[in-house]
Amino acid sequence: MLAIQNLSIRFTHYTFGLKKKEVCVVRGLDLSIAPGQVMAVIGQSGAGKSLLAHALLGILPRNARIEGKVSFKGQRLTPERLATLRGSQIALIPQSVTSLNPLLRVGVQVARAARLSGISQKDVPTTVHRAFARYLLQKEVETWFPFQLSGGMARRVLTATATVGMADLILADEPTSGLDPITAGEALGHLRELANTGKAVLLITHDIETALQVADMVTVFCAGTTVEVARAEDFKGLGHLRHPYTRALWAALPTNSFIGTMKPIERTSDTGGCPFRLCCNDQDAVCGQSAPELKRTGEGWVRCHHA
Amino acid sequence: MLEATSLAYRYGKQRSWLFNDLNLRITPGEIVGMSGPSGRGKSTLAKLLAGYLTPSRGSVMVDGRPLPGSGHCPVQLLFQHPELAVNPRWKARDILAEAGPPDAALLRDLGIEPAWLARYPHELSGGELQRICLARALTSRTRYLLCDEMTSMLDPLTQASIWRTVLDISRSRELGLVVISHDQALLGKLCHRSVCYFQNDHLSSACLLAT
Repeated sequence: MLAIQNLSIRFTHYTFGLKKKEVCVVRGLDLSIAPGQVMAVIGQSGAGKSLLAHALLGILPRNARIEGKVSFKGQRLTPERLATLRGSQIALIPQSVTSLNPLLRVGVQVARAARLSGISQKDVPTTVHRAFARYLLQKEVETWFPFQLSGGMARRVLTATATVGMADLILADEPTSGLDPITAGEALGHLRELANTGKAVLLITHDIETALQVADMVTVFCAGTTVEVARAEDFKGLGHLRHPYTRALWAALPTNSFIGTMKPIERTSDTGGCPFRLCCNDQDAVCGQSAPELKRTGEGWVRCHHA
Repeated sequence: MLEATSLAYRYGKQRSWLFNDLNLRITPGEIVGMSGPSGRGKSTLAKLLAGYLTPSRGSVMVDGRPLPGSGHCPVQLLFQHPELAVNPRWKARDILAEAGPPDAALLRDLGIEPAWLARYPHELSGGELQRICLARALTSRTRYLLCDEMTSMLDPLTQASIWRTVLDISRSRELGLVVISHDQALLGKLCHRSVCYFQNDHLSSACLLAT
């Protein structure tokens, strides 16, 4: 469905006068999703997870520069092709609840999303009712404005907006943050159902445990790059996780030992070599010399000299 | 002791009571977890305990005295989104100075690097900014700390490292903590006791159940 190879995102900004500086926030990112698959993307805060979703939709700010190869359904995803696909074939569940139009009743917003995604005018009302019912929102909620919704309801409206149409690829950016476990489980259950009907879901999240219940594969991001792609089953124990960062992340979960075995990553090295060797406990001379390539190990992929 | 006695609150006269006749006691050094479905008034309770809101009925007392109306409050509240709790036009140094000159040892314990102090909030990551907010809240006059989903937007590594520091400080200073979170596993690791928060629709009053 979607294949990303060696994606990098750079931002240029002015430092002083007309002097420009370029900052590379995402580099060497690889990801692929097959139809019927839920791919969870986890990792460090600020690793570029949301940027990835925005880059796929072409809604990054103008000072961003994207390089690399992105293909959707086997064809190269060019900006022109993207403009016709987003909203109809690629849908986003945004992270921020402020993404709803504050001046428009939410029913109207979902109806507009349905119309844009190619549902005929006559079927729109029934589709919208069905979408609201599916997310356990009462009928009167359709006539409410966003400020009248609670945080959890706003999230469900955003999910309804993205899933009301016939999009084949759904990018869900933290769809469960701020929801209690039961509502979060339901929201992810809906994404799983969508995947079971042959759609592909990219699930960006911090909540590793809830995500593992529905995901098939897990991509781990750190310092703007893919460090590991593993099956969801591999997260049962430390034995199957290959990259030191993934292992540290897993061990730091409250259900496990809740100990940060690795320093939180705040600085990455730009000087060549492995980008997070500054924080890694297993680093040696090899790590400083060259940046590791993503290599196949068993069912997954890993980017480490020592795996 | 932080003590809420027969606390009642509602947003406006037409709205139903979020809680009615609620009692809660937190002794120094105690860590109390709080969980429950969203929209039931967990954050509202935190705001009442920290003095951001005035209860419709009942009282909040710290060591037998009501919360001070001005000056430093011994009960400090930390929010889920640190970027909304700081002035975006101030550098980290000025944000910290809001609570008096920061303690160098505390900054070191929290892992705050001197270089961060010269940056604006948007130049810091969520984890870094949350630590700045924590340092601002943890002055020597703070007796109780309320953490409202403090680490839910951070990755597990950052989360673990922040909580380790807070637990150490709580132990050494006998700081009382209230931890509001949806993450039962996190509450299980951190808390001495936890209260489950839910609302009984018939009575329209919230109950706190010690578990």
